[in-house]
Amino acid sequence: MEIDSGDTAWVLASTALVLFMTPGLALFYGGMVRAKNMLAMLMQNIFAMGLMAVLWVLVGYSIAFGGTNDWVGNFDFVAMKDVGMEVAEGLTIPIILFATFQMTFAIITPALITGATADRFKFSAYAVFIAVWLVVVYAPVAHWVWGGGWIFDLGALDFAGGAVVHINAGAAALALAILLGKRRGWPREGMHPHNLPLTVLGTGILWFGWAGFNAGSALAANGLAAQAIMNTFIAASSAMVAWTIVEWLKDGKPTTLGAASGAVAGLVAITPCAGFVGTGSSMIIGAAAGVLCLLAIGLKTRFGYDDSLDVVGVHLVGGLVGALLLGLFADATINEAGADGLFFGGGAELLGKQAAASFAVLAFSFIVTMIIGKLIDVTIGLRVDEDAEEIGLDISQHAETAYSFSGIASMDRISYDRDLEGS
Amino acid sequence: MKLVTAVVKPFKVDDVKAALKAVGVTGMTVQEVKGVGRQGGHAEVYRGAEYKVDLLPKVRFDLIVAPEDAAAAVDAIVEAAATGKIGDGKVWVTDVDTVVRIRTGERDAEAV
Repeated sequence: MEIDSGDTAWVLASTALVLFMTPGLALFYGGMVRAKNMLAMLMQNIFAMGLMAVLWVLVGYSIAFGGTNDWVGNFDFVAMKDVGMEVAEGLTIPIILFATFQMTFAIITPALITGATADRFKFSAYAVFIAVWLVVVYAPVAHWVWGGGWIFDLGALDFAGGAVVHINAGAAALALAILLGKRRGWPREGMHPHNLPLTVLGTGILWFGWAGFNAGSALAANGLAAQAIMNTFIAASSAMVAWTIVEWLKDGKPTTLGAASGAVAGLVAITPCAGFVGTGSSMIIGAAAGVLCLLAIGLKTRFGYDDSLDVVGVHLVGGLVGALLLGLFADATINEAGADGLFFGGGAELLGKQAAASFAVLAFSFIVTMIIGKLIDVTIGLRVDEDAEEIGLDISQHAETAYSFSGIASMDRISYDRDLEGS
Repeated sequence: MKLVTAVVKPFKVDDVKAALKAVGVTGMTVQEVKGVGRQGGHAEVYRGAEYKVDLLPKVRFDLIVAPEDAAAAVDAIVEAAATGKIGDGKVWVTDVDTVVRIRTGERDAEAV
Protein backbone atom coordinates (compact mmCIF):
# COMPACT_ATOMS: atom_id res chain seq x y z
CA MET A 1 0.00 0.00 0.00
CA GLU A 2 1.00 3.60 -0.45
CA ILE A 3 1.26 6.34 2.11
CA ASP A 4 -2.10 8.07 2.55
CA SER A 5 -1.92 11.71 3.54
CA GLY A 6 -5.19 11.68 5.54
CA ASP A 7 -4.19 8.60 7.54
CA THR A 8 -0.72 9.98 8.13
CA ALA A 9 -2.09 13.35 9.27
CA TRP A 10 -4.37 11.71 11.82
CA VAL A 11 -1.67 9.45 13.27
CA LEU A 12 0.74 12.42 13.43
CA ALA A 13 -1.87 14.33 15.43
CA SER A 14 -2.63 11.27 17.58
CA THR A 15 1.05 10.86 18.41
CA ALA A 16 1.11 14.40 19.79
CA LEU A 17 -2.16 13.77 21.68
CA VAL A 18 -0.83 10.65 23.39
CA LEU A 19 2.43 12.36 24.32
CA PHE A 20 0.41 15.12 26.01
CA MET A 21 -1.26 12.53 28.24
CA THR A 22 1.92 12.08 30.28
CA PRO A 23 2.07 15.65 31.62
CA GLY A 24 -1.70 15.32 32.08
CA LEU A 25 -1.13 12.21 34.16
CA ALA A 26 1.55 14.10 36.12
CA LEU A 27 -1.03 16.73 37.11
CA PHE A 28 -3.73 14.12 37.76
CA TYR A 29 -1.44 12.34 40.22
CA GLY A 30 0.38 15.45 41.42
CA GLY A 31 -2.82 17.06 42.69
CA MET A 32 -3.48 13.98 44.81
CA VAL A 33 -0.16 13.84 46.69
CA ARG A 34 0.87 16.03 49.59
CA ALA A 35 2.46 19.37 48.66
CA LYS A 36 5.92 18.29 49.82
CA ASN A 37 5.97 15.52 47.18
CA MET A 38 4.45 17.43 44.25
CA LEU A 39 7.60 18.00 42.21
CA ALA A 40 8.78 14.45 42.75
CA MET A 41 5.55 13.21 41.21
CA LEU A 42 5.79 15.61 38.28
CA MET A 43 9.45 14.75 37.80
CA GLN A 44 8.89 10.98 37.76
CA ASN A 45 6.26 11.43 35.07
CA ILE A 46 8.02 13.89 32.80
CA PHE A 47 11.33 12.07 33.19
CA ALA A 48 9.67 9.09 31.50
CA MET A 49 9.26 11.39 28.46
CA GLY A 50 13.05 11.60 28.43
CA LEU A 51 14.36 8.21 29.43
CA MET A 52 11.66 5.97 27.93
CA ALA A 53 11.85 7.69 24.54
CA VAL A 54 15.63 7.31 24.37
CA LEU A 55 15.44 3.61 25.28
CA TRP A 56 12.51 3.03 22.93
CA VAL A 57 14.51 4.35 19.99
CA LEU A 58 17.64 2.43 20.99
CA VAL A 59 16.16 -1.02 21.79
CA GLY A 60 12.53 -0.97 22.96
CA TYR A 61 10.90 -0.67 19.54
CA SER A 62 13.03 -3.46 18.13
CA ILE A 63 12.25 -5.83 21.02
CA ALA A 64 8.54 -5.08 20.59
CA PHE A 65 8.22 -5.08 16.80
CA GLY A 66 11.27 -6.90 15.39
CA GLY A 67 10.44 -10.32 13.93
CA THR A 68 7.48 -12.55 14.75
CA ASN A 69 8.90 -14.87 17.39
CA ASP A 70 6.21 -15.95 19.89
CA TRP A 71 7.88 -14.47 22.97
CA VAL A 72 10.19 -11.58 22.16
CA GLY A 73 11.26 -9.42 19.24
CA ASN A 74 14.75 -9.26 17.78
CA PHE A 75 17.36 -6.57 17.25
CA ASP A 76 16.61 -5.81 13.57
CA PHE A 77 15.45 -2.27 14.32
CA VAL A 78 17.98 -1.27 16.99
CA ALA A 79 18.50 2.51 16.99
CA MET A 80 15.82 2.82 14.25
CA LYS A 81 17.87 0.86 11.74
CA ASP A 82 15.73 0.45 8.59
CA VAL A 83 12.89 2.39 10.25
CA GLY A 84 12.39 5.28 7.87
CA MET A 85 9.93 7.30 5.86
CA GLU A 86 8.73 4.44 3.67
CA VAL A 87 5.27 2.97 4.17
CA ALA A 88 4.77 0.50 7.03
CA GLU A 89 3.84 -3.03 5.97
CA GLY A 90 0.08 -3.45 5.83
CA LEU A 91 -0.56 0.20 6.71
CA THR A 92 -0.76 3.53 4.89
CA ILE A 93 1.52 5.56 7.16
CA PRO A 94 5.31 5.85 7.30
CA ILE A 95 7.00 3.23 9.46
CA ILE A 96 8.88 5.93 11.42
CA LEU A 97 5.49 7.41 12.36
CA PHE A 98 4.27 4.04 13.67
CA ALA A 99 7.44 3.77 15.78
CA THR A 100 6.91 7.28 17.18
CA PHE A 101 3.23 6.67 17.92
CA GLN A 102 4.18 3.51 19.81
CA MET A 103 6.93 5.43 21.63
CA THR A 104 4.32 7.64 23.30
CA PHE A 105 2.64 4.49 24.72
CA ALA A 106 5.98 3.25 26.02
CA ILE A 107 6.39 6.60 27.80
CA ILE A 108 3.06 6.71 29.60
CA THR A 109 2.87 3.05 30.66
CA PRO A 110 5.74 3.10 33.20
CA ALA A 111 4.57 6.58 34.28
CA LEU A 112 1.20 5.10 35.29
CA ILE A 113 2.99 3.09 37.99
CA THR A 114 4.10 6.25 39.86
CA GLY A 115 0.66 6.61 41.44
CA ALA A 116 1.18 3.44 43.46
CA THR A 117 4.68 4.31 44.61
CA ALA A 118 3.99 7.95 45.52
CA ASP A 119 5.80 9.74 48.33
CA ARG A 120 8.51 7.11 49.01
CA PHE A 121 10.20 5.85 45.81
CA LYS A 122 13.84 6.96 45.62
CA PHE A 123 14.37 8.79 42.32
CA SER A 124 17.52 6.90 41.36
CA ALA A 125 15.74 3.59 42.01
CA TYR A 126 12.74 4.78 39.97
CA ALA A 127 14.89 5.70 36.99
CA VAL A 128 16.73 2.37 37.03
CA PHE A 129 13.44 0.52 37.50
CA ILE A 130 11.57 2.02 34.55
CA ALA A 131 14.61 1.59 32.30
CA VAL A 132 14.84 -2.13 33.07
CA TRP A 133 11.06 -2.58 33.09
CA LEU A 134 10.66 -1.05 29.62
CA VAL A 135 13.12 -3.53 28.16
CA VAL A 136 12.21 -6.73 30.01
CA VAL A 137 8.47 -6.26 30.63
CA TYR A 138 6.83 -3.60 28.46
CA ALA A 139 8.56 -4.33 25.14
CA PRO A 140 8.07 -8.12 25.33
CA VAL A 141 4.40 -7.75 26.30
CA ALA A 142 3.87 -5.28 23.44
CA HIS A 143 5.45 -7.92 21.22
CA TRP A 144 3.12 -10.65 22.50
CA VAL A 145 0.02 -8.57 21.75
CA TRP A 146 0.86 -6.23 18.86
CA GLY A 147 4.20 -7.46 17.48
CA GLY A 148 3.09 -10.88 16.23
CA GLY A 149 3.71 -12.77 19.47
CA TRP A 150 1.69 -15.54 21.09
CA ILE A 151 -1.29 -13.45 22.25
CA PHE A 152 -1.60 -12.01 18.74
CA ASP A 153 -1.52 -15.55 17.31
CA LEU A 154 -3.99 -16.76 19.93
CA GLY A 155 -6.53 -14.22 18.66
CA ALA A 156 -7.08 -12.31 21.90
CA LEU A 157 -8.00 -8.69 21.17
CA ASP A 158 -6.45 -5.52 22.57
CA PHE A 159 -7.22 -2.47 20.47
CA ALA A 160 -5.17 0.20 22.24
CA GLY A 161 -3.54 -1.39 25.26
CA GLY A 162 -5.91 -2.81 27.88
CA ALA A 163 -3.40 -5.58 28.55
CA VAL A 164 -0.20 -4.01 27.20
CA VAL A 165 -0.67 -0.71 29.02
CA HIS A 166 -3.19 -0.96 31.85
CA ILE A 167 -3.08 -4.54 33.16
CA ASN A 168 0.69 -4.46 32.65
CA ALA A 169 1.25 -1.20 34.57
CA GLY A 170 -1.39 -2.08 37.18
CA ALA A 171 0.23 -5.43 38.01
CA ALA A 172 3.65 -3.78 38.26
CA ALA A 173 2.14 -1.10 40.49
CA LEU A 174 0.77 -3.76 42.84
CA ALA A 175 4.15 -5.51 43.03
CA LEU A 176 6.00 -2.26 43.79
CA ALA A 177 3.43 -1.08 46.36
CA ILE A 178 3.98 -4.38 48.20
CA LEU A 179 7.79 -4.22 47.92
CA LEU A 180 8.06 -0.57 48.96
CA GLY A 181 5.74 -0.91 51.93
CA LYS A 182 3.33 1.66 53.25
CA ARG A 183 3.93 5.39 53.47
CA ARG A 184 4.82 6.38 57.03
CA GLY A 185 1.57 7.05 58.82
CA TRP A 186 -0.70 5.31 56.28
CA PRO A 187 -3.58 4.61 56.70
CA ARG A 188 -3.99 6.32 60.08
CA GLU A 189 -2.88 9.80 59.05
CA GLY A 190 -4.87 11.98 56.71
CA MET A 191 -2.98 12.16 53.40
CA HIS A 192 -5.57 14.02 51.45
CA PRO A 193 -4.94 15.56 48.03
CA HIS A 194 -3.17 18.92 48.14
CA ASN A 195 -4.62 20.39 44.93
CA LEU A 196 -7.69 18.79 43.37
CA PRO A 197 -8.07 21.51 40.72
CA LEU A 198 -4.83 20.20 39.18
CA THR A 199 -6.23 16.67 39.33
CA VAL A 200 -9.33 17.84 37.45
CA LEU A 201 -7.19 19.61 34.85
CA GLY A 202 -5.10 16.45 34.51
CA THR A 203 -8.27 14.42 33.99
CA GLY A 204 -9.28 16.75 31.18
CA ILE A 205 -5.88 16.44 29.52
CA LEU A 206 -5.98 12.64 29.80
CA TRP A 207 -9.50 12.51 28.34
CA PHE A 208 -8.46 14.77 25.46
CA GLY A 209 -5.28 12.80 24.83
CA TRP A 210 -7.14 9.49 24.93
CA ALA A 211 -8.69 10.45 21.60
CA GLY A 212 -5.27 9.88 20.11
CA PHE A 213 -4.60 6.82 22.23
CA ASN A 214 -7.71 4.94 21.11
CA ALA A 215 -8.92 6.51 17.86
CA GLY A 216 -5.29 6.88 16.79
CA SER A 217 -4.88 3.14 17.28
CA ALA A 218 -7.02 2.63 14.18
CA LEU A 219 -3.80 3.83 12.47
CA ALA A 220 -5.97 5.43 9.80
CA ALA A 221 -8.42 8.31 9.43
CA ASN A 222 -11.45 6.16 8.72
CA GLY A 223 -14.80 4.99 10.05
CA LEU A 224 -13.17 2.77 12.65
CA ALA A 225 -11.28 5.72 14.10
CA ALA A 226 -14.56 7.64 14.26
CA GLN A 227 -16.31 4.75 16.04
CA ALA A 228 -13.35 4.47 18.43
CA ILE A 229 -13.44 8.15 19.41
CA MET A 230 -17.17 7.96 20.16
CA ASN A 231 -16.65 4.76 22.15
CA THR A 232 -13.82 6.35 24.11
CA PHE A 233 -15.68 9.49 25.04
CA ILE A 234 -19.01 7.85 25.87
CA ALA A 235 -17.33 5.20 28.04
CA ALA A 236 -15.58 7.93 30.04
CA SER A 237 -18.86 9.79 30.42
CA SER A 238 -20.93 6.80 31.49
CA ALA A 239 -18.20 5.69 33.90
CA MET A 240 -18.14 9.15 35.46
CA VAL A 241 -21.92 9.12 35.90
CA ALA A 242 -21.91 5.58 37.31
CA TRP A 243 -19.04 6.22 39.75
CA THR A 244 -20.62 9.46 40.96
CA ILE A 245 -24.06 7.90 41.54
CA VAL A 246 -22.70 4.90 43.43
CA GLU A 247 -20.36 7.08 45.48
CA TRP A 248 -23.22 9.43 46.27
CA LEU A 249 -25.37 6.54 47.53
CA LYS A 250 -22.50 4.85 49.37
CA ASP A 251 -20.61 7.77 50.94
CA GLY A 252 -23.24 10.50 50.99
CA LYS A 253 -21.71 13.07 48.62
CA PRO A 254 -20.80 13.27 44.93
CA THR A 255 -17.11 14.24 44.95
CA THR A 256 -14.92 15.95 42.38
CA LEU A 257 -12.19 13.34 42.85
CA GLY A 258 -14.79 10.61 42.40
CA ALA A 259 -16.05 12.07 39.12
CA ALA A 260 -12.48 12.47 37.84
CA SER A 261 -11.54 8.94 38.90
CA GLY A 262 -14.67 7.55 37.27
CA ALA A 263 -13.83 9.16 33.94
CA VAL A 264 -10.33 7.71 33.99
CA ALA A 265 -11.68 4.25 34.94
CA GLY A 266 -13.99 4.38 31.91
CA LEU A 267 -11.13 5.46 29.62
CA VAL A 268 -9.01 2.58 30.89
CA ALA A 269 -11.75 -0.02 30.39
CA ILE A 270 -12.66 1.10 26.87
CA THR A 271 -9.00 1.05 25.76
CA PRO A 272 -8.92 -2.63 24.68
CA CYS A 273 -12.46 -2.41 23.27
CA ALA A 274 -12.52 0.92 21.43
CA GLY A 275 -12.17 -0.49 17.91
CA PHE A 276 -14.10 -3.72 18.39
CA VAL A 277 -17.45 -2.71 19.95
CA GLY A 278 -20.41 -0.47 19.21
CA THR A 279 -21.56 2.72 20.93
CA GLY A 280 -24.16 1.10 23.19
CA SER A 281 -21.73 -1.56 24.34
CA SER A 282 -19.18 1.14 25.13
CA MET A 283 -21.65 2.91 27.36
CA ILE A 284 -22.27 -0.34 29.28
CA ILE A 285 -18.54 -1.14 29.53
CA GLY A 286 -17.86 2.35 30.87
CA ALA A 287 -20.62 2.15 33.48
CA ALA A 288 -19.42 -1.28 34.62
CA ALA A 289 -15.89 0.06 35.01
CA GLY A 290 -17.11 3.05 36.98
CA VAL A 291 -18.84 0.85 39.52
CA LEU A 292 -16.28 -1.97 39.70
CA CYS A 293 -13.24 0.34 39.99
CA LEU A 294 -14.96 2.32 42.74
CA LEU A 295 -15.48 -0.90 44.66
CA ALA A 296 -11.93 -2.09 43.86
CA ILE A 297 -10.23 0.90 45.49
CA GLY A 298 -11.41 -0.47 48.84
CA LEU A 299 -9.21 -3.55 48.39
CA LYS A 300 -6.03 -1.79 49.47
CA THR A 301 -7.27 -1.03 52.97
CA ARG A 302 -8.71 -4.53 53.25
CA PHE A 303 -5.45 -6.22 52.23
CA GLY A 304 -3.09 -3.58 53.61
CA TYR A 305 -1.01 -2.61 50.57
CA ASP A 306 -0.50 1.12 50.09
CA ASP A 307 -1.45 1.65 46.44
CA SER A 308 -1.33 5.35 47.18
CA LEU A 309 -3.32 6.79 44.26
CA ASP A 310 -5.22 3.65 43.24
CA VAL A 311 -3.32 2.44 40.20
CA VAL A 312 -4.41 -1.12 41.00
CA GLY A 313 -8.03 -0.14 41.57
CA VAL A 314 -8.30 1.95 38.41
CA HIS A 315 -5.77 0.56 35.90
CA LEU A 316 -5.43 -3.12 36.82
CA VAL A 317 -9.11 -3.62 37.60
CA GLY A 318 -10.27 -1.24 34.84
CA GLY A 319 -8.00 -3.00 32.34
CA LEU A 320 -9.36 -6.41 33.37
CA VAL A 321 -12.96 -5.18 33.17
CA GLY A 322 -12.38 -3.91 29.64
CA ALA A 323 -10.43 -6.94 28.43
CA LEU A 324 -12.98 -9.42 29.80
CA LEU A 325 -16.10 -7.49 28.77
CA LEU A 326 -14.66 -7.38 25.26
CA GLY A 327 -15.17 -11.15 25.31
CA LEU A 328 -18.89 -10.42 25.71
CA PHE A 329 -19.40 -7.30 23.61
CA ALA A 330 -16.99 -7.68 20.65
CA ASP A 331 -18.84 -7.25 17.36
CA ALA A 332 -17.25 -8.28 14.09
CA THR A 333 -19.54 -5.94 12.13
CA ILE A 334 -17.71 -3.03 13.76
CA ASN A 335 -14.28 -4.41 12.87
CA GLU A 336 -13.86 -7.44 10.65
CA ALA A 337 -10.33 -7.89 12.01
CA GLY A 338 -11.97 -8.48 15.40
CA ALA A 339 -14.35 -11.24 16.45
CA ASP A 340 -17.82 -11.80 17.87
CA GLY A 341 -18.15 -12.00 21.64
CA LEU A 342 -20.58 -14.04 23.71
CA PHE A 343 -23.45 -11.54 23.31
CA PHE A 344 -22.89 -11.21 19.55
CA GLY A 345 -23.14 -14.84 18.58
CA GLY A 346 -19.49 -15.74 18.91
CA GLY A 347 -19.84 -18.07 21.89
CA ALA A 348 -17.44 -18.10 24.83
CA GLU A 349 -14.32 -18.65 22.76
CA LEU A 350 -13.19 -15.01 22.69
CA LEU A 351 -13.91 -14.59 26.41
CA GLY A 352 -11.59 -17.52 27.12
CA LYS A 353 -8.85 -15.99 25.00
CA GLN A 354 -9.29 -12.61 26.65
CA ALA A 355 -9.01 -14.18 30.10
CA ALA A 356 -5.91 -16.17 29.13
CA ALA A 357 -4.19 -13.10 27.68
CA SER A 358 -5.14 -10.84 30.59
CA PHE A 359 -4.02 -13.16 33.35
CA ALA A 360 -0.82 -14.07 31.50
CA VAL A 361 0.14 -10.39 31.26
CA LEU A 362 -0.89 -9.81 34.88
CA ALA A 363 1.22 -12.71 36.17
CA PHE A 364 4.24 -11.96 33.98
CA SER A 365 4.33 -8.28 34.88
CA PHE A 366 3.77 -8.93 38.60
CA ILE A 367 6.45 -11.59 38.90
CA VAL A 368 9.12 -9.90 36.80
CA THR A 369 8.46 -6.55 38.53
CA MET A 370 8.93 -8.29 41.90
CA ILE A 371 12.29 -9.64 40.73
CA ILE A 372 13.52 -6.32 39.29
CA GLY A 373 12.28 -4.45 42.36
CA LYS A 374 13.96 -6.85 44.75
CA LEU A 375 17.27 -6.62 42.86
CA ILE A 376 17.16 -2.83 42.99
CA ASP A 377 16.23 -2.94 46.67
CA VAL A 378 19.27 -5.02 47.66
CA THR A 379 21.65 -2.96 45.53
CA ILE A 380 20.78 0.75 45.61
CA GLY A 381 17.61 0.59 47.76
CA LEU A 382 14.06 1.24 46.54
CA ARG A 383 12.87 3.52 49.26
CA VAL A 384 14.03 6.85 50.69
CA ASP A 385 15.03 6.92 54.36
CA GLU A 386 12.73 8.17 57.13
CA ASP A 387 14.10 11.71 57.25
CA ALA A 388 13.80 12.10 53.48
CA GLU A 389 10.21 10.91 53.59
CA GLU A 390 9.33 13.30 56.40
CA ILE A 391 10.88 16.35 54.78
CA GLY A 392 9.33 15.32 51.47
CA LEU A 393 10.73 14.03 48.21
CA ASP A 394 10.84 17.46 46.57
CA ILE A 395 13.61 18.66 48.86
CA SER A 396 15.27 15.31 49.59
CA GLN A 397 15.37 14.01 46.00
CA HIS A 398 15.37 17.16 43.90
CA ALA A 399 16.46 20.11 46.14
CA GLU A 400 13.41 22.16 45.10
CA THR A 401 10.03 23.18 46.47
CA ALA A 402 6.87 23.21 44.38
CA TYR A 403 5.20 26.24 45.92
CA SER A 404 6.92 29.32 47.27
CA PHE A 405 4.10 31.72 48.11
CA SER A 406 5.59 33.07 51.29
CA GLY A 407 7.54 36.32 51.37
CA ILE A 408 9.64 34.96 54.22
CA ALA A 409 11.31 32.19 52.28
CA SER A 410 14.72 33.35 53.51
CA MET A 411 16.95 31.99 50.82
CA ASP A 412 20.59 32.99 50.82
CA ARG A 413 22.41 32.21 47.66
CA ILE A 414 25.35 30.03 48.59
CA SER A 415 27.05 29.90 45.24
CA TYR A 416 26.64 33.56 44.31
CA ASP A 417 30.23 34.59 44.99
CA ARG A 418 31.56 31.54 43.22
CA ASP A 419 29.38 32.30 40.18
CA LEU A 420 30.71 35.85 40.00
CA GLU A 421 34.29 34.64 40.20
CA GLY A 422 33.65 32.32 37.32
CA SER A 423 32.29 35.05 35.05
CA MET B 1 -5.30 31.07 82.96
CA LYS B 2 -2.27 29.84 81.06
CA LEU B 3 -1.40 29.97 77.38
CA VAL B 4 0.60 26.93 76.31
CA THR B 5 2.45 27.46 73.03
CA ALA B 6 4.35 24.76 71.23
CA VAL B 7 6.34 24.72 67.99
CA VAL B 8 6.76 21.18 66.67
CA LYS B 9 7.75 19.23 63.58
CA PRO B 10 4.89 19.16 61.03
CA PHE B 11 4.57 15.39 60.88
CA LYS B 12 4.04 15.30 64.67
CA VAL B 13 0.81 17.29 64.53
CA ASP B 14 -1.53 14.30 64.75
CA ASP B 15 0.43 12.78 67.64
CA VAL B 16 0.40 16.03 69.60
CA LYS B 17 -3.29 16.57 69.00
CA ALA B 18 -4.09 13.03 70.18
CA ALA B 19 -1.89 13.42 73.28
CA LEU B 20 -3.61 16.68 74.23
CA LYS B 21 -7.01 15.14 73.79
CA ALA B 22 -5.93 12.30 76.07
CA VAL B 23 -5.22 14.79 78.90
CA GLY B 24 -8.53 16.56 78.40
CA VAL B 25 -7.53 19.48 76.18
CA THR B 26 -10.06 19.74 73.37
CA GLY B 27 -9.60 23.26 72.06
CA MET B 28 -6.51 24.60 70.35
CA THR B 29 -5.37 26.84 67.51
CA VAL B 30 -2.86 25.50 65.04
CA GLN B 31 -0.82 27.44 62.49
CA GLU B 32 1.77 26.55 59.92
CA VAL B 33 4.83 28.66 60.72
CA LYS B 34 8.46 28.85 59.73
CA GLY B 35 11.32 28.97 62.13
CA VAL B 36 15.02 28.64 62.60
CA GLY B 37 16.89 27.17 65.54
CA ARG B 38 19.84 24.86 65.93
CA GLN B 39 18.61 22.49 63.23
CA GLY B 40 19.90 24.62 60.36
CA GLY B 41 18.29 24.13 56.99
CA HIS B 42 18.67 22.52 53.62
CA ALA B 43 19.97 23.53 50.21
CA GLU B 44 17.79 24.11 47.16
CA VAL B 45 19.15 24.37 43.62
CA TYR B 46 17.55 26.21 40.71
CA ARG B 47 19.42 25.98 37.38
CA GLY B 48 22.71 25.61 39.19
CA ALA B 49 22.13 28.47 41.62
CA GLU B 50 22.33 26.99 45.10
CA TYR B 51 20.36 28.47 47.96
CA LYS B 52 20.49 27.85 51.68
CA VAL B 53 16.99 27.67 53.16
CA ASP B 54 17.20 28.00 56.92
CA LEU B 55 13.60 28.87 57.84
CA LEU B 56 12.01 25.46 58.08
CA PRO B 57 8.31 24.62 58.20
CA LYS B 58 6.98 23.97 61.70
CA VAL B 59 3.55 23.84 63.28
CA ARG B 60 2.59 26.09 66.18
CA PHE B 61 -0.03 25.09 68.75
CA ASP B 62 -1.70 27.62 71.03
CA LEU B 63 -4.00 26.42 73.76
CA ILE B 64 -5.46 28.06 76.82
CA VAL B 65 -5.85 25.92 79.94
CA ALA B 66 -6.58 26.30 83.63
CA PRO B 67 -3.35 26.89 85.60
CA GLU B 68 -3.49 23.46 87.25
CA ASP B 69 -3.74 21.75 83.83
CA ALA B 70 -0.76 23.47 82.23
CA ALA B 71 1.91 21.03 83.43
CA ALA B 72 0.01 18.00 82.12
CA ALA B 73 -0.49 19.69 78.74
CA VAL B 74 3.20 20.56 78.48
CA ASP B 75 4.25 17.02 79.36
CA ALA B 76 1.82 15.56 76.84
CA ILE B 77 3.19 17.78 74.06
CA VAL B 78 6.83 17.07 74.90
CA GLU B 79 6.27 13.34 74.98
CA ALA B 80 4.29 13.29 71.73
CA ALA B 81 6.55 15.62 69.74
CA ALA B 82 9.93 14.20 70.73
CA THR B 83 11.99 12.30 68.18
CA GLY B 84 15.31 12.88 69.95
CA LYS B 85 16.69 14.54 66.85
CA ILE B 86 17.65 18.18 66.51
CA GLY B 87 14.74 20.38 65.43
CA ASP B 88 12.02 18.89 67.65
CA GLY B 89 10.89 22.37 68.68
CA LYS B 90 9.92 24.08 71.95
CA VAL B 91 7.04 24.48 74.39
CA TRP B 92 6.49 27.50 76.60
CA VAL B 93 3.81 28.72 78.97
CA THR B 94 2.66 32.31 79.53
CA ASP B 95 0.14 33.89 81.87
CA VAL B 96 -3.16 35.03 80.40
CA ASP B 97 -5.09 37.88 81.93
CA THR B 98 -8.61 37.26 80.61
CA VAL B 99 -10.37 34.68 78.44
CA VAL B 100 -13.89 35.18 77.05
CA ARG B 101 -15.98 32.72 75.05
CA ILE B 102 -17.55 34.95 72.42
CA ARG B 103 -20.79 33.00 71.94
CA THR B 104 -21.82 33.00 75.60
CA GLY B 105 -19.76 35.71 77.23
CA GLU B 106 -18.39 33.17 79.75
CA ARG B 107 -15.08 34.15 81.28
CA ASP B 108 -11.83 32.47 82.31
CA ALA B 109 -12.16 28.88 83.62
CA GLU B 110 -15.67 28.56 82.16
CA ALA B 111 -14.47 29.79 78.81
CA VAL B 112 -11.77 27.20 78.14
